Amino acid sequence: MTVQKFRISNYSILRDRFLPTLVLLTMGLLLTMTVSLCQGAVPLSGNELWQALWHQGESINQTIIWELRLPRIIAAMVVGAALGMSGALLQGMLRNGLADPFVLGISAGAGLVAIAMITLGAVQTLVPLGAWVGAIATAALVYSLGYLGGGMSVERLILAGVAISSMFGAIQTTLLLLADDGRIQSALNWLIGSLNGRGWSEVTNTGPYVGMALIAGCLLARPLNLLNLGDDMASGLGTSLVRSRLAIGAVASLLAASAVSMAGLIGFVGLVVPHGVRLLVGSDYRWILPCSAIGGAWVLTLADLLSRLGTVELPVGAVTALLGSPLFIWLLYRRGSRNG
Amino acid sequence: MDNYNHDSYNLSEALLEARNLFGGYSKQAIVKDVSLSLHKGEWLSLVGANGSGKSTLLKLCSRILSPQTGTVLLDGKAIHQQSAQSVARQLAILPQQQTIPSGLTVRQLVSLGRTPHQPWWQWDLNLEDREMVEKAIAQTQLTAFSDRPVEQLSGGERQRAFLALTLAQDPQVLLLDEPTTFLDLHHQLELLELLKNLNQERQLSIITVLHDINLAVRYSDRLAMLKQGEITAIGTPPDVITPENLRQVFDVEAVTIITPVGLQICLLSPSHTLVRSREPTAL
Repeated sequence: MTVQKFRISNYSILRDRFLPTLVLLTMGLLLTMTVSLCQGAVPLSGNELWQALWHQGESINQTIIWELRLPRIIAAMVVGAALGMSGALLQGMLRNGLADPFVLGISAGAGLVAIAMITLGAVQTLVPLGAWVGAIATAALVYSLGYLGGGMSVERLILAGVAISSMFGAIQTTLLLLADDGRIQSALNWLIGSLNGRGWSEVTNTGPYVGMALIAGCLLARPLNLLNLGDDMASGLGTSLVRSRLAIGAVASLLAASAVSMAGLIGFVGLVVPHGVRLLVGSDYRWILPCSAIGGAWVLTLADLLSRLGTVELPVGAVTALLGSPLFIWLLYRRGSRNG
Repeated sequence: MDNYNHDSYNLSEALLEARNLFGGYSKQAIVKDVSLSLHKGEWLSLVGANGSGKSTLLKLCSRILSPQTGTVLLDGKAIHQQSAQSVARQLAILPQQQTIPSGLTVRQLVSLGRTPHQPWWQWDLNLEDREMVEKAIAQTQLTAFSDRPVEQLSGGERQRAFLALTLAQDPQVLLLDEPTTFLDLHHQLELLELLKNLNQERQLSIITVLHDINLAVRYSDRLAMLKQGEITAIGTPPDVITPENLRQVFDVEAVTIITPVGLQICLLSPSHTLVRSREPTAL
């Protein structure tokens, strides 16, 4: 048989709407960052911002930009990117659109440890580390339950996640009920997720791990694409089900745990962003994963900007939920009308 | 009847060979002491009742499941001691069920078949991959559909799209688990004719699980009959498809006749109803 002629354009990445989406998301992110740097209790003009960025002009402006707003915005980007990619990884691996970074018990584990530390009066600076350890330990527990009896079935993983989450949730609620009023306040603040007061130390502590995990996550696109064809097809194409699910789960847990340790439990970003990205770039995870990271960074930066606009600063987790729910319904509607 | 449990073909020339295979999902063996061999360019079909271990045997032969004991050799090397990826470069399997990711186009689906040939750092298809993908799409007559989402295709086109994926894998051995199950008569024949062409032109070795025995007889070089995880008969269609074997494996009464298209079976009735209907007269 003669080799068929084919058009190179059939394989151009432009066909996958990847490049336009990437440009769109990056532009949106940069624009939001600029607006976010200018807005706040002390509004700055573009000119003042430019000067402050180059360490010129009034020193108070330099301090506001370099010590307050920039680290917070970078923290928002790191957390958003981590949540966005973690959600995309887990939705792909569990073949379930309702999966989010917290479905495997990560939120429950992090929450339990953090609430225990806050209500029992542990050193506040250790809470992020404790939350991180709690998240990773719980994800490991859920995974070992999912692995019981051999194989790594999706259903068992989800059920183990649900069971562990509700058990830890119950303990967490009990701890909250027993705590003093003042501690309940800070515990609730942590539970809903906030970026208030996040600075360079959080960024430099957690940022490198998130960066490495983001790169590792992008490399998992191929096994994810295969896993989406079903277990038998994926193993027939040379994927190890156990090994690939372990790797995907480990990276996703690391990302989610890092996000949680920086900003508490920020919901909806990890659920909505991958759905939106999928509408834009299709179902190839080689494009979904990087776009979800950038999209997540954008959405959280935007939500952080909105949370600071009012007279009273809202926790960013409340803004993502308020914004995310209608957006999610709209996405579902669009998808329904497209398919129908 | 003779003991057919062990394949009488010369095992040394086999491309794919199973030796004394025991295996299943949990500790219980579904496949029991199966030995068989597949030669280059040969088409072997597995027939047998539901639950007789045909699918399990295919999964054991394709490294999806690991055997409890026994070995599977592909080109002389044990597949369970090789990486899944290196086996996938030589052997492709089309399982009974696949899930279709929403929005995935035919070309994207077929491109995934190139995965075993790509090192992990290779992010996109290279020129050779693209040629293989286009060839597989053309061979399955899907060129006009290549940019359509797979979920929008009809059952026959979908099955061809997944076949194209396995062809893009460029295998020497192709295992198909009930490839014609959800297809109408026309599309069943179309798919099997396509496989016959590949079998003859590319010397592709094929194992299919087929429920339609007349189709299995018509297209296969050899048949293996399974009952409760064991091979009860293996050989050329006329040797295997006999009224006695059909009664033993399927519990049906049948006659075999030679027609212009070859051996055909004509089903009469399940044997237990015959037995029951005879009972009153016997009393």
